[in-house]
Amino acid sequence: MTGEPVLEIRNLSVEYGYDADAVRVLRDVNLTLHAGEVLGLAGESGCGKSTLAYAATRLLPPPGIITGGEVVFTSTRDDRRYDLLTATDDELRATRWEDTAIVFQGAMNSLNPVYRIGRQLTDAISAHRPEQSARQRRDRAAELLDMVGIPADRLRSYPHQLSGGMRQRVMIAMALALEPQLVIMDEPTTALDVVMQRQILQQLADLRTRLGFSVVFITHDVSLLIELADRIAVMYAGEIVEDATASQMYRTPRHPYTDGLLHSFPPLHGPRQELGGIPGAPPDLMSLPRGCTFAPRCRVALDRCRDERPALTATAFADREPHRRVACFQHEREAAAIPPSLTVM
Amino acid sequence: MRYLLRRAAFYLLTAWAAITLNFLIPRMLPGDPVRSLIARFQGRISVEATESLYILFGLDEQKSLWQQYLDYWGNLLSGNLGLSFAYFPTPVVDIIEQSLPWTLALVGLSTILSFVLGTMLGVWVGWRRGTWADGLLPVTNFLSAIPYFWIGLIAIAVFAVAWPIFPASGGFDPGLIPSATPEFIGSAIYHGLLPAFTIVISSVAGWILGMRNMMVTVSSEDYVTVAHAKGLPERRVMIGYAARNAVLPNVSGFALSLGFIVGGTLVTEMVFTYPGIGYMLFQAVGAKDYPLMQGFFLIITLSVLVANMLADIAYAVLDPRTRQEG
Repeated sequence: MTGEPVLEIRNLSVEYGYDADAVRVLRDVNLTLHAGEVLGLAGESGCGKSTLAYAATRLLPPPGIITGGEVVFTSTRDDRRYDLLTATDDELRATRWEDTAIVFQGAMNSLNPVYRIGRQLTDAISAHRPEQSARQRRDRAAELLDMVGIPADRLRSYPHQLSGGMRQRVMIAMALALEPQLVIMDEPTTALDVVMQRQILQQLADLRTRLGFSVVFITHDVSLLIELADRIAVMYAGEIVEDATASQMYRTPRHPYTDGLLHSFPPLHGPRQELGGIPGAPPDLMSLPRGCTFAPRCRVALDRCRDERPALTATAFADREPHRRVACFQHEREAAAIPPSLTVM
Repeated sequence: MRYLLRRAAFYLLTAWAAITLNFLIPRMLPGDPVRSLIARFQGRISVEATESLYILFGLDEQKSLWQQYLDYWGNLLSGNLGLSFAYFPTPVVDIIEQSLPWTLALVGLSTILSFVLGTMLGVWVGWRRGTWADGLLPVTNFLSAIPYFWIGLIAIAVFAVAWPIFPASGGFDPGLIPSATPEFIGSAIYHGLLPAFTIVISSVAGWILGMRNMMVTVSSEDYVTVAHAKGLPERRVMIGYAARNAVLPNVSGFALSLGFIVGGTLVTEMVFTYPGIGYMLFQAVGAKDYPLMQGFFLIITLSVLVANMLADIAYAVLDPRTRQEG
């Protein structure tokens, strides 16, 4: 299905705060992204999705601290391989945007209000490709805008003269400026209306087919991911609880939390049915339960779940689904977890 | 362009209102300048002289207020602001001409220096927040919390009396005649150093603090994170993305403070007996010299307006969002 690993996140842990009060928001997260893959990262607000993206690119704002782990990037174009977390500042700066570009959550605030769009598109190019002439850079910027369907004369516009959708498309164009191998998208369409969201995602899919970069797509909208992503990782309270291909996750969610997420949006086809939420609220990261973090909200929790924390491991059906991992003791439950209304499709 | 024209029209209107008020207020006060002049000469003035004084001040009773107003404008446009009482019969314009350059040079240069220095330090301290650089703030805040006259007096006591490195008062060496010779200019600069130093010391903290806080705010903006993510050199992120946006409130603060330069730091000029507008204004108030005060107020009002206008232009240049197109 997929190629070599591009980004390997191993045992990544992040804390907010400096002393005894520090909150562990990411606990030993392991995740691998393969070349050409679209990996969806889903979960409720505050589960650590964005923190994961910021930490993996070392952009975590204070007081966030990476307390352990490694993030290994392997280039598919040459044989460069490095740990982002131990690279020096200069090495890191040289590889940023060149290897990994990011489209941030706040489309509205991601552009510098006092510079023209053109300047913001070209300054990444001039920082990384100083040998290019101003003319080449400008042509490239026009080409990038054209790629996302914005006329080139917009290069002379200021951000406040563009609509929200245009700004987000400018951000996508900017992310592709240096043809990165990996693009991280942190809720890129959350602030937009559904029509614009659809347009941008379509455009993104086309661009990905043409340019062949890998994508980490972060969103709380699981229905979007099922359509868009090759593989989905579901996060809960700072941990990955399930990691499976989109279709596996959709048809047979193995973790009760994933099951709950899949039941929390309405299917477009099939009979009408009651939407089931997940009762309760995400746990307080300051005082996590001793056992499985999801146990207090889980419908099928056993006594064991409240005492022991399940590791993210292969499922009981490892021979059928070799890449799949789930952090639940009851991963062998096959039938019970299938949402009946969704299997009909 | 239309934006600038509209602003210019607004400022012309404001200037007209200010000048008209400046004309009306002294005329609404009890008494008139001639009577105070007579009082000053304690009756040793003839009736004819009194009458000619009334005509000279444009106060001969027959004229209507409207006619006076028109005459006032006529005088103003031909650069005639009347005669000073305290320095009678020197025209007010001459006194302003003499004292304005001193204030502009001393307070103007030290305000600019203080702004540039404070903003640069603020950028640096704000960018390195949470490090030892934050230790600079209590020090500068302490300096700005000291009453200014006290800093001035301490500076004189230390640098002019205990170690006589700098002169204690005046704008230039009394033995010299004001002229464009290197000797005179050197003397003027030498006399200006100590007052300039005290002004910078006491005002720099405000710029540092304002800029530092804006830097901290702007540094957490998404576009700064994007700039980091793009792998731009750190200096470029700090200057082009963070400082470039953080400086906006400081720029308007600076333009406003330019307006107060002409008002002079009254206290500075008093402490250092510096021959600028502030010192002369102090003298004028003491001598109830209405024409001189009126002249100074006019200059101060106009310069505040000009400074505001500069602030508007600077803002429009620096922040594209304030430019209204179409």
